[in-house]
Amino acid sequence: MLDTSDVERLDAEAVNRAATRQPLYAPRKKIFPKRASGSFRNFKWLVMLITLGIYYLTPWIRWDRGPHAPDQAVLVDIANRRFYFFFAEIWPQEFFIVAGLLVMAGIGLFLVTSTVGRAWCGYTCPQTVWVDLFLVVERWIEGDRNARMKLDAGPWTGSKIVKRVAKHGIWVLIAVATGGAWIFYFADAPTLAMDFLTGQAATVAYITVAVLTATTYTFGGLMREQVCIYMCPWPRIQAAMLDENSLTVTYNDWRGEPRTRGVKKAAAEGRAIGDCVDCNACVAVCPMGIDIRDGQQLECITCALCIDACDAIMDKTGKERGLIAYATLADYNHNMALATGGGAAAIDPARVRGSDGRLLPDARGLDLRRLIRPRTFAYLAIWGLVGVALLFALATRDLLEISVQHDRNPQFVLLSDGSIRNGYTVKILNKVAEPRAVTLSLEGLEGATMLLGGFDMPESREVFVMLEPDRLRNLRVFVRMPPELVTAGTSAFTFRVAERQGAEAASYSAIFHAPESNR
Amino acid sequence: MSDQDKREVDEISGVETTGHEWDGIKELNNPLPRWWLWTFYATIVWSIGYTIAYPAWPLVNSATQGVLGYSSRAELHREVEQVQLSRSDQTAQLASLDLNEVLADDALRNFAIAGGAAAYRVNCSQCHGTGAQGAEGFPNLNDDNWIWGGTIEDLHHTIAHGVRDHADFDTRISEMPAFAGVMTRREIAETAAFVASLSREPENPDLVEAGAEHFEVYCAACHGFNGEGERLLGAPSLNNPIWLYGGSEAEIAAQIAQPRHGVMPGWADRLGDVTVRKLAVFVHSLGGGE
Repeated sequence: MLDTSDVERLDAEAVNRAATRQPLYAPRKKIFPKRASGSFRNFKWLVMLITLGIYYLTPWIRWDRGPHAPDQAVLVDIANRRFYFFFAEIWPQEFFIVAGLLVMAGIGLFLVTSTVGRAWCGYTCPQTVWVDLFLVVERWIEGDRNARMKLDAGPWTGSKIVKRVAKHGIWVLIAVATGGAWIFYFADAPTLAMDFLTGQAATVAYITVAVLTATTYTFGGLMREQVCIYMCPWPRIQAAMLDENSLTVTYNDWRGEPRTRGVKKAAAEGRAIGDCVDCNACVAVCPMGIDIRDGQQLECITCALCIDACDAIMDKTGKERGLIAYATLADYNHNMALATGGGAAAIDPARVRGSDGRLLPDARGLDLRRLIRPRTFAYLAIWGLVGVALLFALATRDLLEISVQHDRNPQFVLLSDGSIRNGYTVKILNKVAEPRAVTLSLEGLEGATMLLGGFDMPESREVFVMLEPDRLRNLRVFVRMPPELVTAGTSAFTFRVAERQGAEAASYSAIFHAPESNR
Repeated sequence: MSDQDKREVDEISGVETTGHEWDGIKELNNPLPRWWLWTFYATIVWSIGYTIAYPAWPLVNSATQGVLGYSSRAELHREVEQVQLSRSDQTAQLASLDLNEVLADDALRNFAIAGGAAAYRVNCSQCHGTGAQGAEGFPNLNDDNWIWGGTIEDLHHTIAHGVRDHADFDTRISEMPAFAGVMTRREIAETAAFVASLSREPENPDLVEAGAEHFEVYCAACHGFNGEGERLLGAPSLNNPIWLYGGSEAEIAAQIAQPRHGVMPGWADRLGDVTVRKLAVFVHSLGGGE
């Protein structure tokens, strides 16, 4: 018999016991946003309609450019290296215009963010729009917040399976349509649609649709707010652009605190009562799963649905709307100072209310004029300047261009009659979607004549060339200088190309090489 | 002492040591992250499968072939075949059409020029230069002076059968006799002065008159009375400033006394007729084609 009575028992617990060990990554807690209704929700429906409409319909808009160019209004023609956008067409070397548009988009975001805050995130970001769309489907099939939470927690009954299959099925359909719409920007939409459905489209089209279907379904249906919180760099950048005069969705705790559930009981006890009744309506509607009453935070995309939810409650309790509202930090600080007596005391809602129970006129509301400040004009000016510069570049774009490359080896050729010949590669760009007749001529270099490789024609100083619509023509040009006129070394001259009918012309400076000495 | 007691924990970092010590410095035991380790194991498993599927293990004279039968050389051949197949229409046309018809067809001519330029760089540039500019003894192909003719057919024949290629029955052949034993040194100098005078001011004008007489006797039969040359015989024209072996009177005299003769192999057997045709079109396009 062993005696264990003198063995001390330690009060210890294994920290990493398998049964209690925490996983390295906490699983995501699902968010079940409740349906909001109100003016911001309505505005968001409108924005969703417009943005989705633009995305899905743009490739189907036709734009007549004549018989020699595609009639699709917006087309990125990678095979032919052309980009069409309504009235504009650009060649690859003019891609700086697209880069300029990106600069404008960037500065536009600065402008919007510095004034109305993260409006891009809350209203127009594709992630927001598609998550909203996916939520519409989810609510339609599974019901609103409480029904969805119940369904999610409940066992796998037949009805749950049907609902889940239906929901994910529709999500996949939306995802396919999203990926499907993308490829129409890169080819003639009606033709590609037929080819795609009959299985004759290029493999890359199917791969693109598959990839975009997967990303849309994953980002919009499954990952949702995690994309904004963990993947998107934009929330981090935006923090640097907000200042005390930028709009943010704000919980006005200067009138909401102390939040009180049992108002009558609190009144009977003589406690201070804020406007917030702690109903959690703002939390229930939030698609990001945050509590706006914790203050401004990275996760808030300023979709303003909590404003709608809170306004409905304020209407019911008979208080002014705007307990949660778009406000600037400056206004908030002003009101906070009012409510706390300049920070001397705790928030007392009585300080911001008059004897009639209404908010004092001293309490600042939203004034759009205060959003306009020097910074706004600076952004607007830069944005406008870039835009004007781009328009100028587009409007004054050369539609007829020439570029010349001199043969490097040999630089010149001695012919049997003693004349000297130089070879050039001449490229003439016709940026008009019509065939054009042009004249290529020599300016300077008196006495020299030219001959085009592959053409059966007499030598002359001026040759007639046909250009295909919207194409580059590559010519081999031999320039010959008769022996009596040859000057040693190099001579400068100009290749000039001009429309036969019309005034458009372009020139290119070139060099004619002759031997340094005459033997 | 039990095993557990041997373990020593570093005081500062709180990490176990391995028990290894050098001059009082102890090694901490920080194991590899688990995910890293499993990734490493996965790559090992993958590499085993890879070496079975693909050529991998070196043997004495070769290597294991892999069960998939992959080889980069076979893949290259397949890709080349695909390219050739995609060009088969143009290649067939190039092989069957008259060369002048090829010249008249823009697309076909450009196709031939592109192919010819590539073949030129590989096979011809060593002698004629990367720009076809030639060198002493190797004709410049850009100019309009042709010993054997500059029409597309002439060029095709010259490239196909070569010049003085004794292995080719149809080769271009000519042999200028050495006049060193026939003419005196003085006579050769006079002839050279005359030949130079055909295209420029000679260096020794007083020799020209006598040289004209020698030229008529010895040279005109092949080179023509005015030095215009005769392509049928491969006798170069002498009345222009283009010289294969130099144009000074001394260089001309050297060529009269002991002529040098260039040799070019025939390319038809080696490259095949289609490539030779491409080369002919390419050379024709350089600016001197007739």
